Amino acid sequence: MGIGRSGSFVLQVNPILCDGFGHCHELAPELVTLDEWGYPVIDQTPRPLADHALVQAATYAVRGCPRQALRIRKVTPSS
Amino acid sequence: MTPLAGPQRLLATRTGRTASLAEHRQLFGAGSLPKPMEELERSGLLGRGGGGFETARKVALLRSQRSRHRTVVVNAMEGEPAANKDKHLLRLNPHLVLDGAEMLAELIHADQITICIAREHAATIAVVKRAVHERERQSLRGPAITVETPPGRYVAGEESALVHWLNDNEALPQFRPEKPSVLRVRRHPALVENTETCAHLGLITRWGASWFRSQGTPAHPGTMLVSISGAVPAPRVIEVAVGTRIRDILAAVNSDPAPQGLVVGGYGGAVFGPTILDLPYSNEALAPLGAGVGAGILCPIPATSCGLRETFRVAAWMANESARQCGPCAFGLPAIADDLRHVAYATRDARAAAKRLEQRFAEIAGRGACRHPDGVIRFVRTALDTFRMDVTAHLTLGACAGVNASPLLMVPALTHEEALEWE
Repeated sequence: MGIGRSGSFVLQVNPILCDGFGHCHELAPELVTLDEWGYPVIDQTPRPLADHALVQAATYAVRGCPRQALRIRKVTPSS
Repeated sequence: MTPLAGPQRLLATRTGRTASLAEHRQLFGAGSLPKPMEELERSGLLGRGGGGFETARKVALLRSQRSRHRTVVVNAMEGEPAANKDKHLLRLNPHLVLDGAEMLAELIHADQITICIAREHAATIAVVKRAVHERERQSLRGPAITVETPPGRYVAGEESALVHWLNDNEALPQFRPEKPSVLRVRRHPALVENTETCAHLGLITRWGASWFRSQGTPAHPGTMLVSISGAVPAPRVIEVAVGTRIRDILAAVNSDPAPQGLVVGGYGGAVFGPTILDLPYSNEALAPLGAGVGAGILCPIPATSCGLRETFRVAAWMANESARQCGPCAFGLPAIADDLRHVAYATRDARAAAKRLEQRFAEIAGRGACRHPDGVIRFVRTALDTFRMDVTAHLTLGACAGVNASPLLMVPALTHEEALEWE
């Protein structure tokens, strides 16, 4: 998952794998809120990869997910 | 063989019964034009399963795949209770669909054709099996054709669920963040096309793109099959040119001339008021309203029915049809259906429920692996907008008399949450 300094990213959840443990909200509250059933609602606006603290939080969320349902997706300007 | 004139194309018939191979050849002729791929590209055929994706682009994507084997999957699942067009077409002109499927196989160099019909529809399965057998007796050349019968759940007709089932798994939709992605049956690239799309292709490669485009609108050419139920004497399937005024389509089946609302595109589609009757039935006319022709379904709702209660019935059934894979869909749709019940039957919780609904639409939309929750939300949201006067009346005066009218929209009986079969 080569994350460079330029460009932006979004955190993406696989809703089929996700079982609503809610760890992602604890680890990256800036990016993830929970709905009334405890499933993550992820902010889909691309964030800059240069924002080190945010990338760090997202990485913790990806690693901390017990279902491995999260991933960081690099967003190219075209798509 | 002169091409058929007029909008009766796919449903052209001489006997009114299932056409045998000989009758089929007599009616439509045999053979095809020399450059089928170019004809398909010029025809601008859009998929008729609901997505409306350009068929030529899908075929081109499959042609670019490097593989020794490829599969054509004909999707005749048709899980919508209000839809009947694919089953009707298969029972009337099965060979037209098979012609189209064989042509698709030729275009992408496939060696296998799989026709998927929900196992609940035994009559259709029998007709198609007989037609396949008839062709095999005439000639064993060409790709092998098999008939498969997946479970008839609403989401099992979604293409990734269908392919997942063909690969010996449960018929459940898959998460595909990168679209368009190539689906694979037994590791080989597969082209999944709707039944009606195949039948159109069978005629395009016979009589050419200009013939095909002589009906319909420039952006949405050809004819289409429309399943009409609801406030009509009997549910029917008719063929019309795309872009025919909705009022004229309804008049052709002697529908209630002044319905209070209209389901457009199916239970994952939208509900509109009578102002829509004068619009043409095509994607470009419905797009500004956030809707489309979908799978070609129209259900007029008469003034004697309660629109809210009908919406609740549909929403409750659709919530039960969720594959229960994704949290937002598994919990969100039953919650929406329950809120609707409160509003429709004007319970003590109705006011709070009406407020909750808006919030839940925004919360759930776009968060499933497939588009099932989005479709339900669009249906309920447009219905609440269309029947907003009724919502006010239900909240202030209590439930209307229509909640006790006999049920209108076709929804299989649902008394409790069923154990669903996916294998």
